[in-house]
Amino acid sequence: MSGPVLILGAASGIARAVARSFAEAGHPIQLAARNSARLEEDAADLRTRYGVEVTLHDFDALTLDSHAAFVEGLPVLPEVAVCAVGAMGEQAQSEADPQAAAHVMRSNFEGPASVLAHLANAMEARGSGSIVGISSVAGDRGRASNYVYGSAKAGFTAFLSGLRNRLAKKGVHVVTVLPGFVRTAMLDGMDTPGPLTAEPAEVGAAVLKAVEKQKNVIYTRPIWGVVMAVIRNIPEPVFKKTSL
Amino acid sequence: MSLISGWGRFPKAECKIVSARTQADVEAAIATAALIARGNGRAYGDAAMNRGQTLAMTGMDRMLSFEDGVLVAEAGVLLADIIHTLLPRGWFPMVTPGTKYVSLGGAIAADVHGKNHHLDGSFRSCVDWVDVMGPDGTVTRATPGDDLFDWTLGGMGLTGVILRAQIRLRKVETMYIAQETRALTSLQDTLDAFAETQDAPYSVAWIDCSDGPHHGHTLLLLGRHATLEDLPSRWRPFDVRQKRKLPVPFGAPPFLFRGLWLRALTGIYWRRGAKRAGHALVDWDSYFYPLDALSNWNRLYGRNGFLQFQCALPEEASAAGLAELMDTIAASQTGSVLSVLKRFGSQSGHFSFPMPGYTLALDFPASERSLELMSRLDEITLAHGGRFYLAKDARMPEAVAKADPRAKAYAAMRKQAGLTDRFTSMQSERLGL
Repeated sequence: MSGPVLILGAASGIARAVARSFAEAGHPIQLAARNSARLEEDAADLRTRYGVEVTLHDFDALTLDSHAAFVEGLPVLPEVAVCAVGAMGEQAQSEADPQAAAHVMRSNFEGPASVLAHLANAMEARGSGSIVGISSVAGDRGRASNYVYGSAKAGFTAFLSGLRNRLAKKGVHVVTVLPGFVRTAMLDGMDTPGPLTAEPAEVGAAVLKAVEKQKNVIYTRPIWGVVMAVIRNIPEPVFKKTSL
Repeated sequence: MSLISGWGRFPKAECKIVSARTQADVEAAIATAALIARGNGRAYGDAAMNRGQTLAMTGMDRMLSFEDGVLVAEAGVLLADIIHTLLPRGWFPMVTPGTKYVSLGGAIAADVHGKNHHLDGSFRSCVDWVDVMGPDGTVTRATPGDDLFDWTLGGMGLTGVILRAQIRLRKVETMYIAQETRALTSLQDTLDAFAETQDAPYSVAWIDCSDGPHHGHTLLLLGRHATLEDLPSRWRPFDVRQKRKLPVPFGAPPFLFRGLWLRALTGIYWRRGAKRAGHALVDWDSYFYPLDALSNWNRLYGRNGFLQFQCALPEEASAAGLAELMDTIAASQTGSVLSVLKRFGSQSGHFSFPMPGYTLALDFPASERSLELMSRLDEITLAHGGRFYLAKDARMPEAVAKADPRAKAYAAMRKQAGLTDRFTSMQSERLGL
């Protein structure tokens, strides 16, 4: 396979790594983000390193009514669409200000689900394609320290799961990616345990492999599967007394 | 705050890490507080550490253009990245240090040297320009001949934040090095051999200092880029696959770095090398970056880390100076498992490390004993008109650094240009730069 790959939310550290992995495998790349002109250097990087064709596209995940036109306006419907849109927000701020919480929920669930819905319909009509949603282990169970972000990711994870179920017979494959800690700017100032912290390049390679092998749900570091299985299974009476 | 250290794992300090992915991130960081930019953390000591703000540049790692051997790239790109991208197209860095995991910005800031310094000079000789962001956020493109260029190359990141640069690469026909190994048994023999092999594009010697200069067993490795004709017919000229890196699971016990154990270890290394002396074809990775095969060889010395000592001695004082250094190390019966001796050629720049003559690099387990020994090595180096490599320094006192008149000039320039309160590292504070 060597069709074009669309990266939504292309300015993030994970998105850059994903774009590089697919470009290295020979795919042309469509980078989409707000004010896409600032991605010129990323585009130059992909062309210089891998000699692939790269196009830039303006895309705002929060402006839902622009999504249909955005998908129609792509030069070609991509073979793979990767949604790396998201915003961590600050839990304390989300608690104090429901507006801020809504922004986090819309950025991580409503916006991504909306644009992927359009892409899914177009791919379903074509009868082929892959959709990748970068969700989060934070969606596996709500925790006091970041449940607003976590709840939105939980919604997104469920959305991807349903989409996969619906499109499985239509030739369109859906991959849910659950990165744990990834060494990007998001982690600045946080000391995270080394064995649980992935480099962005690892995530990029994992996403490429998951698409090629048609995986359904992947933890980019397998250890996270174990960690989250434990966290999910702590009985609620105990869990509510913990501070995870 | 994160607990970080240089590659030598000494010293360690809690530093506030801020990541830069764009030029705007760098500008915002400079406006916030004094900082030092950090590449891939391959400087051994505290050169890329600032408790208040350490600006992580590895997120700025884009290659912006490449044509006819001329690469424009951001400062955070690693030499390893450049090689993996461009060696299959027939291009190799003009100058490379002993690790490919150094960032482009780090290579420029330390003005690194390679095994070809005697012919090709330091890293600066392949740099066409460098973009530096100053204390007020303005970006200046410095080119050879500019004062800013001369202070930035070798300036340890203290002239501003290096954003991107244009460098020239070398056209190669294959990824192999035609290597010749000579086994020698004393310092004098080694210096004679260096003099006799001036024309070899690459040369480096692994020397055993634990035995003193008269028994300094040495493997002298000479190399040149192999041509297509050099290759056996079935070899492919480029086969740049990532090798699997072996992790070092734990530190070796400290007694290995003392007395008889150390002599036994270095003896084995020499005899093994001497047996294989002669000509061989070696791939680029094993030739230039033997230690990179161990993903964290810096753990070998255990949790206390280790200290590097690298000095350069001027041509006329080299023989006497090296002999005295080796005598002192042998008498101390401590440290340096393997020491590296290289020849330097002519060098320009305001504050770069190399000078025509020789450079000796040593490593010691971090301990009181090593620190005492290194103070004696400082004295010997200064008495012979030598100087020290800041990329490897973690412990020099200010007085020793300031014995180099260029250090005073650098500090004065930094003060005058208003750089001292924006760009500081633990090293610059320790050395009063």
